[in-house]
Amino acid sequence: MSADNKNTSSVSLGNRIKNMTDTSLLLTITIVVFFLMYIGAIVFQGSGFLKPQTFFNILNANAALIILACGLSLVMITGGIDISVGGVTALISMSCAVYLDYHDGNVFMAIILALAIGLAFGVFQGFLVAYLDIQPFIVTLAGMFFARGMTTIVNTKPFNVANEAFVTLKNTRIIVPGMGSVNKLGNYVNAYVEIGVIVALLVVIVFFCILRWTKLGRAFYAVGGNRQSALMLGINVRRTRFMAHLLCGLLAGIGGFVYFLHVGSGSASHASGAEMDAIASSIIGGTMLSGGVGNIIGTFFGVLSLSTIQNIVSSAGLDQAWWTGITRAAMLCLFLVVQSIVIARKKK
Amino acid sequence: MSKNEVKKSTGSNILSGLLRNQICIPLAALLLLALFNLIMDPTFFRISLGHNSLGNPVLTGFLITILDNGSELAILAIGMTLVTAASGGQDISVGAATAIAGSVLLRVLCGGNSRPETLQAPIIVAFLVSCVVAMLFGAFNGALVAYFKIQPMIATLILYTAGRSIAAWINNNELPIVSDRTFTYFGSFIPGIPIPTPFFIAVVCIIIITLVMKFTNLKLYVQSVGINDSSSRLNGLNPELIKVLSFVILGLCVAVVGLIKVSRISSINYSVIAKDIEMDAILAVALGGNALSGGKFNMAASVLGAYVIQFLTQTLYKYKVPSDALPAYKAIVVILLVVISAPTVREFVSGQWKKLKVKEVG
Repeated sequence: MSADNKNTSSVSLGNRIKNMTDTSLLLTITIVVFFLMYIGAIVFQGSGFLKPQTFFNILNANAALIILACGLSLVMITGGIDISVGGVTALISMSCAVYLDYHDGNVFMAIILALAIGLAFGVFQGFLVAYLDIQPFIVTLAGMFFARGMTTIVNTKPFNVANEAFVTLKNTRIIVPGMGSVNKLGNYVNAYVEIGVIVALLVVIVFFCILRWTKLGRAFYAVGGNRQSALMLGINVRRTRFMAHLLCGLLAGIGGFVYFLHVGSGSASHASGAEMDAIASSIIGGTMLSGGVGNIIGTFFGVLSLSTIQNIVSSAGLDQAWWTGITRAAMLCLFLVVQSIVIARKKK
Repeated sequence: MSKNEVKKSTGSNILSGLLRNQICIPLAALLLLALFNLIMDPTFFRISLGHNSLGNPVLTGFLITILDNGSELAILAIGMTLVTAASGGQDISVGAATAIAGSVLLRVLCGGNSRPETLQAPIIVAFLVSCVVAMLFGAFNGALVAYFKIQPMIATLILYTAGRSIAAWINNNELPIVSDRTFTYFGSFIPGIPIPTPFFIAVVCIIIITLVMKFTNLKLYVQSVGINDSSSRLNGLNPELIKVLSFVILGLCVAVVGLIKVSRISSINYSVIAKDIEMDAILAVALGGNALSGGKFNMAASVLGAYVIQFLTQTLYKYKVPSDALPAYKAIVVILLVVISAPTVREFVSGQWKKLKVKEVG
């Protein structure tokens, strides 16, 4: 999988593209598309997108999605899928909200609770998928419905959390130096990010390193690429797939809490469709559904692309709810087709 | 229900043969559920003849509700079984596609006006238009699966994300209401007949698919494509075409369900119509003992599975489980089902069973 763009400069661009691995080719496409889109937005939609805070707002709103999508990328690299993450996020939001408000809990225990729920889903689903050889889609579909159902069993009514320590944590803003802008009144306003963004960036960096430089990370690619030959290489395939689901569950736990930190409320309809967004982001980020190909940095840009296009659509005045759904689906469709073309290219 | 009884009576004759038959899985689940209800509360099985608000005789009772709502599921299960068998994956966009079909139906019936006094087009024309649209969306899914080689669940994810938005878009997000009385017949009762109409529609669908499977090679081709894609190509089949065809047939089923769903309330609610029905349809196929990875299938078992799922839903409703919490219980059933049918578990259990027997003999 190591990047082989060490070609000499005499090689033409066409050859260079031909010699790229799937991972780096898809990654390049994603990053190029994202920058083209962002530059297009600046050119056609005016100065709104030029403010750094617009970009930071995209990050603030999608920190949880970045974390969830990282988890999904891990599972998808091993050739599986996990569609329970949205439901788990909703369950975590509701459980933490109930714990903090009705049982007067502290924030630290709420974090532990969130991680425990995520991990429990990861371990259970991982066991069923890896050791009992059940289709991951069916297992996690059941997981999703279980989590959604449990959310309403925990509490039916949506409510805002009033726990003081939590609200302080929620309103903590980290100022990004030098990125502020002058508002309409002529005052200088600092650009800020929420805590969730820092967590998301840490997750991206940590998992990028895990995938690139650890034994486990390389095993993910090997298992996803070809399960049989991974087995021949002496990789414990079952354990690897189990670990992928376990890590995805853990990340769903972290992502769930970050989501909760962003919205500050519990509701059964929270994060509806988040699993689909996360899968779409991973695909747009160049993770191949068939496994073995993908990159966390790509996933990061995938989330950004997906949310930028939503911002563009809504700031273009097409703010009826259906346009976001349709553009998202169109983008997903486009990238799926690009992927299948990439696969076809390899076969030639 | 009569079909079920016939199977039971033949079952007593050739019990050993039936035990090996696929259909015994949903049948066993049905008996288990029926037994549970019989013990807990026999009034579950009470059927009474009443009159609805129009003064027509109608049958009411939990069993009738199961027949009524289970029929939608049974129709979807027909298409889902074919898709599962041919492509080795499931279509998760059926709920969203139902919304589209229903929306198109209302659009044609009402024209541009959302509150028409009279129908703007005959019902049959509107239904045919919605069939064509649903089949086109089915063909879109099928093309992604067959020609672009995308996993079915991911390919249908596109329509799952966009479907309800498209449905709202077709009617400009308005909620047209049909005032014509005849339109409600499809989702409730035809005057004078006390059995809900959806059941008859399901029976017609089942008869049609049975005839098609009997007189054409559809079943054989679908199974061979599902078992081995490339070897069926070498045998002169066109696997891509068969896969697209199975998705198109599912589209047709979706249009029928859309008609029933819209007719029930004479209107549409884009975000609620046929919500989570894809889960139930997949569950019906799984409960029918069909391999979710494709290949051989048993249509009768799937259809029976659909009614069993509805039986389960109705049982849960009876014990005051709120509809939002329903998925949690169903998820447990799914997990139990797939764990029991997992080859690894089966091997383990049969291994233990043999050990036990050896010990007894020794």
